[in-house]
Parts: sequence; C-alpha cells; structure tokens
Amino acid sequence: MHSVQYHRPVTLDECLRLFDRFGKQARALAGGTDLLVQMRAGHCRNGAVVDVKHVPELNELRFGTSDGLTLGAAVPCYRIYGDATVSRAYPGLIDTVSMIGGTQIQGRASVGGNLCNAAPSADAVPALIALRAVCRIASVRGERELPVDQFCIAPGRNAMADNEVLVSLHVPPPPEHSGACYLRFIPRNEMDIAVAGAGVSVTLGNGTFRDGRVALASVAPTPLLVEKAGVALRGQPVEHEVIARAAAAAKAAARPITDMRGTAEYRKHLCEVLTRRALEKAVLRAGGTLA
Amino acid sequence: MQSIHVRSTINGQPAEFLCEPRQSLLEVLRDVLRLTGTKEGCNDGNCGACTVEMDGRIVPACLVLGAEAEGAEILTVEGIAKGSALHDLQSAFLTGAALQCGICTPGFIVASKALLDQNPNPSEDEIRLWLANNLCRCTGYDKIVRSVQATASLCREESST
Ligand code: FES
Ligand code: FES
Repeated sequence: MHSVQYHRPVTLDECLRLFDRFGKQARALAGGTDLLVQMRAGHCRNGAVVDVKHVPELNELRFGTSDGLTLGAAVPCYRIYGDATVSRAYPGLIDTVSMIGGTQIQGRASVGGNLCNAAPSADAVPALIALRAVCRIASVRGERELPVDQFCIAPGRNAMADNEVLVSLHVPPPPEHSGACYLRFIPRNEMDIAVAGAGVSVTLGNGTFRDGRVALASVAPTPLLVEKAGVALRGQPVEHEVIARAAAAAKAAARPITDMRGTAEYRKHLCEVLTRRALEKAVLRAGGTLA
Repeated sequence: MQSIHVRSTINGQPAEFLCEPRQSLLEVLRDVLRLTGTKEGCNDGNCGACTVEMDGRIVPACLVLGAEAEGAEILTVEGIAKGSALHDLQSAFLTGAALQCGICTPGFIVASKALLDQNPNPSEDEIRLWLANNLCRCTGYDKIVRSVQATASLCREESST
C-alpha cells in the first residue's frame, strides 16, 4: 500500500528543511515526467513528494551579459525556449530543450530534473557540460557548487546527498565568437531516447579554436566529457581536418553498450558523425567559416 | 491515508476536490470529478490522450499530481465547445474524418486548440511537430493535420471579414 505524502514548500528554507527531515524518502517533484512514472512503478512507497516548483530560487530564469544564465532547477523547457534573450545567447541549450519529449512534456519537464534523474541518455546534460554549467546545490547546512560534468555518478545516481537539493544551474556568459550545438540520433523524428548524442561548444579567434568542449550522451554510464576532443581543437586552425580529429577522439572515448536501441559499434560511429556535425554547426553559430 | 483538499478552476468553473497524494490529475478528472472526456492511453507521458491545458500550457494529465492543481486553471476537452455549439476544431475533425476509434481525439483537440491560440497560421511541419506528443493508432495523422489546417484557414477567414 502506498502512503505517499505531498508537500509544497514556498521558500527555499522550508524546502531544505523538508529534505533534511525526510532524507532518502524525499523526492523532488518539478515536472514529474520521470517521478510520476517511477512512483507508478512502486519506487517511492512511503515517500515524501516535495513539489519544488513554488520555491522562487528554483523558478528563476535570468540572463545578464556579465553574470550569464541562472536557470532554476524547476524551470520547464518551454520557458527557456520562450525567452528570446536566452535563446539568442545559448542556442546549444535551446537545441536540447526543444527536443526533450514533445510539446506536452516540454510544458512540464525541467533541465534540472533531466540532470538529477542522471540518465546516461539525458539530452540536456551534454549541452550543459559543453557550456561549462555549474550546479548550485543546497542543504540546511549550506551551499556548494559542482560542475555539471561531475554531477552524474552512475545511471540514475547523482552526486547529491539525501538532504541536498539542486537549486539552480549557472552557465557563464557566452564568450565573443562562441557557438554551441547539441545533436542526437533517434530512429524517429521526435519523442525518442537518444541512441547517441553530442553537445559541443567552441570559441574562435584569428582563425583558430580558442576553446572547444565535447560531451556525449548514451555512450557511457554517465554523460561523458571528452577531454581529448577539446585538446584536439584548442589552438588549432578552424579546419575540417581538425574537427575530424576531435570527432575521432569522441569516437575513441565512447564506451557504449549494445542494447535494443543500437549496437556498441553503431553508437561509436554515431559519436564521430554527430560530433563532427555539431562542431560544424557550432562554428557557423560562432560566426566562423570552415577551411 | 491523508486526503488533500484542492481548489482549482476547471473549465472556467471553481472546482474543489479531495485526492490522495499519489493520485494523478488524470485520475482525479476521470474518477473523482467524472470528467471522462480526458482519456488514459499509456499513463506515462507518451501518447497525449490525457492532454489538458494547465495555466495556459498543455501538459499530460497523467504526469501531474491532482494536488498540483491547487490554484491552477485547467481546461479539458469538456470546456472546448460553447454549450451545444462545437468548437471549429471539433467540427473540422468530424467533417474531415480525423477520428476513427476516437480515444486520441480529446487530446488532439486540446493540443491543437493550444497551437492555434498561439499560432493562427501554422505550417504543416509546425502542426506535426506540435502534435508529436499525441499518438493515433487509427487515422495515420494526415486527416488530423488537414483538419487543423482547415480550422486555421476558417478562423483566418472569419477574422478578416
Ligand atoms: S495517458 Fe498521459 S500521455 Fe498517455
Ligand atoms: S482515432 Fe483511434 S487512436 Fe486515433
């Protein structure tokens, strides 16, 4: 028999006290697109559902040219792509929030929830990693920051303690001449789980890559930052050949499994193709041209 | 078991109900309030049969808790027609044969209305993308898309005359 409780804190303090009181039993409800499915599967009997959507800090969506983006953990996808300023500043993030689920799911699902759920296939996470997003995590004891690439630690598991809450994500302001992109492969047009995905960001200057980051979805137990792809780009000329080397590094770093959605070999191939295409698109978005 | 007392607005009318914390808005609508126009297909967010509007956004009612409806404005398929006069979309679905078994239809009507409310002149691609979260096992979608297009052009004619 279920005896779930429902709580609806309206301040961060109240929210943190609930998580402190219920610990492991507390489950954050933002969009509910994962949680309600898990509840039906019997995963949180006797749990305390904490509806975090009415906590102002988790609902914040703010962009400033010097502060960058503050994205409350419960902000649903549609609010992000509905914000013209944010859309202009972070097209790589917009790629992901406009492809997660369909219209109805985007009316509920949050980027913070996508991250906390820690699925290897989470579409939002590679883009966040590529953009150097940082998590702001809080508990009754205080706050800490953690880069997104260290947040997921195993399939379905994140780095937060039972009494901690993801408050918001912070993305640095986009540097001059930078661009980002997320691409995924699914066999349908919409509404599917990535067989593989690649999120990238580049910063250009004087015909070279000043910076570059590549992260992959669905090809490891957690979203994967490919350091070697960044190394292959940094300081090198903006050329197809350099992009090909970064894409090869992504393929080499991927350690996918074979499952019903694709074989390991196929997924490795996809990593190379998606990384190459995402980098090409990111270069164009950065205002660059490819030699 | 503790019941939750929820106050919301459903189809323009104040509504109060009691629900269990684990109950979805879909269960509340159908089983508590007897608004059975909203359908259950997959019960996990994939099919769109349970689509309702909540505070101006379409959402899958199977992934919303009844308790979350506190203070919210909900629109279900029952609120789309004006009295006995069908909404243009509903008429277009009938004349365009955009339904067979009909279980997907309430979800498509609510979702399509939300699209036309914000974009009176959507392209075919925009319609198909917007409705990607709604599945239909019977029609093959073409007649649904054409009925939405027909409604859109009818509304444009009406507003230009
Ligand atoms: S019943 Fe809700 S999406 Fe299928
Ligand atoms: S008419 Fe039968 S599922 Fe759409």
